Amino acid sequence: MGLKSWWSWKLKEMRASKHSYVLLAPYMVLFTMFTVIPVVISIILSFTYFNMLEFPRFIGWQNYTRLFLEDDVFLIAIKNTLLFAIITGPISYIACFVFAWIINELTPKWRAFMTLIFYAPSISGNVYFIWLMIFSGDRYGIANGLLIKWGFLLEPIQWLKTEAYIMPILILVQLWLSLGTGFLAFIAGLQTVDRTLYEAGAVDGIKNRWQELWYITLPSMRPQLMFGAVIQLTTSFAVADVSIALAGFPSVNYAAETVVTHLIDFGTTRFEMGYASAIATVLFMIMVGTNLLVQKLLRRVGE
Amino acid sequence: MAAIATGKKRVNRSLSGSLSLFALLLVFGAFMVLPLIYAINNAFKPLDEIFTFPPTLFVKNPTFSNFTDLLNLLSDSWVPFSRYIFNTVFITGIGIVGHVLLASAAAYPLAKHKFPGKVFMFQVVVLSLMFTPAVTAIPNYMIMSWLGWIDTYWAVIIPAFAYSLGLYLMKQFMEQIPDALLEAAKIDGASEYRIFWSIVMPNVKPAWLTLIILLFQMLWGSDGNGYIYSEQLKTLHYAAGQIIQGGISRAGAGAAVALILMSVPITLFIFSQSRIIETMASSGMKE
Repeated sequence: MGLKSWWSWKLKEMRASKHSYVLLAPYMVLFTMFTVIPVVISIILSFTYFNMLEFPRFIGWQNYTRLFLEDDVFLIAIKNTLLFAIITGPISYIACFVFAWIINELTPKWRAFMTLIFYAPSISGNVYFIWLMIFSGDRYGIANGLLIKWGFLLEPIQWLKTEAYIMPILILVQLWLSLGTGFLAFIAGLQTVDRTLYEAGAVDGIKNRWQELWYITLPSMRPQLMFGAVIQLTTSFAVADVSIALAGFPSVNYAAETVVTHLIDFGTTRFEMGYASAIATVLFMIMVGTNLLVQKLLRRVGE
Repeated sequence: MAAIATGKKRVNRSLSGSLSLFALLLVFGAFMVLPLIYAINNAFKPLDEIFTFPPTLFVKNPTFSNFTDLLNLLSDSWVPFSRYIFNTVFITGIGIVGHVLLASAAAYPLAKHKFPGKVFMFQVVVLSLMFTPAVTAIPNYMIMSWLGWIDTYWAVIIPAFAYSLGLYLMKQFMEQIPDALLEAAKIDGASEYRIFWSIVMPNVKPAWLTLIILLFQMLWGSDGNGYIYSEQLKTLHYAAGQIIQGGISRAGAGAAVALILMSVPITLFIFSQSRIIETMASSGMKE
């Protein structure tokens, strides 16, 4: 088939699908405007010097070399973000699955109740400022109060102003918040696993719940596992709100700086838009790259 | 224990295994729920009880004074509290309706039609699930200011229409609608739009609820995302943040506002839970 006839055939097909395009158009126009174009602009701007006042000036790879070679705070931000991703990512992913798996064995009423308990923190409208009261620096904060009462401490600790404690506390709060959409997808996925597979498995010599989990449950849930991984990874790379709310902005000696808070710093405080765009582009690459990698790994589950 | 014993006549279950797993569930369940219980109790504590030493989890002399304090505090501010509520309800309401309509309309052809560009468009949406909106914040601000939407509700509402997770879940859910149903309507002479509106939409009601709760959570908790500067247009979440940062004298009112903020989405979830899980069941990432 020649190029010309291929085109005329495609055009004919497109004309026949005009209703599909009409239905898609409103969403796609907005999606392009607020997601696709911004990604493209961000990548282009990352190669320029841009302060919002003057027209962007092309400076090649300078933003990137500055980012990795001269910006010490960015290295802290990368280190913190990776720490978040490496700790909260896998832990919350596994926790989502394990708790969904245990909850799935309960009666429907208990299942609904426990789902609510585990999902409530992530849905409760960003009320992580509760943790400010718990880790408040005076003796009225729950953590200080209890530790003093039990005799572990003599004086209250400034939890969120002491470098060594900031990251562990943020990781704890992030874990508390992290049983979200992925968790619901797992609960749902477990309910769709074909019951007869378990009976067949028992006949074929599956001895305990762990074998059942690995050979039957996990492989049947591969789609939900993928979905959960994407959601969980994206969230654990994007930590910023919790850091700003609890540790302040900027945090003590940048102890709670993450890539996103660094991006906010340069984008909204210092108006170095080109540099901020370079940070955004690096973050984008890291997120999409790890997501694709993890999906590749997950295809092997249960083999 | 009653709950454990009824676990679906499954074989291969050791009792000690069950017990340790449920112990695990209880310990972590407590970790999840205790901060929320603390927040609920704090809202009803008189001020002296909030600042007792050692701190207590449960309230001893419950009072509504924090809520009345909150009202007094807010009636003194030059923007009436009802204005913040209106702003949040308006943004959340319009955002949800627009998103459900647009995402459903777009999900239908993606799930059920064959046309050039379909796979590509869906792949782009899936790709966008893999990164945080923070990545595009700066260009988005530029686009908003170019459109003249800075300091209007629209800067928050319109991008929410094109939230990608909603389209993704809706498309996966619509794929389960039997083709025969749509074919039958087509033979009866219904147009694509009529099929969408009268057959597809009523069939995906559980998925609506999921989209509603996801977007509700996002918009209800929004503080304007750096686009809204006028005090009259600010949201409840923003106002709450101001009160909570107000220090010791406002600790009671802060606790009350925290309770108000968290109770609405949680209540909504309680009522829609089973439908939401039904939608999530179809949420596989398909290649």
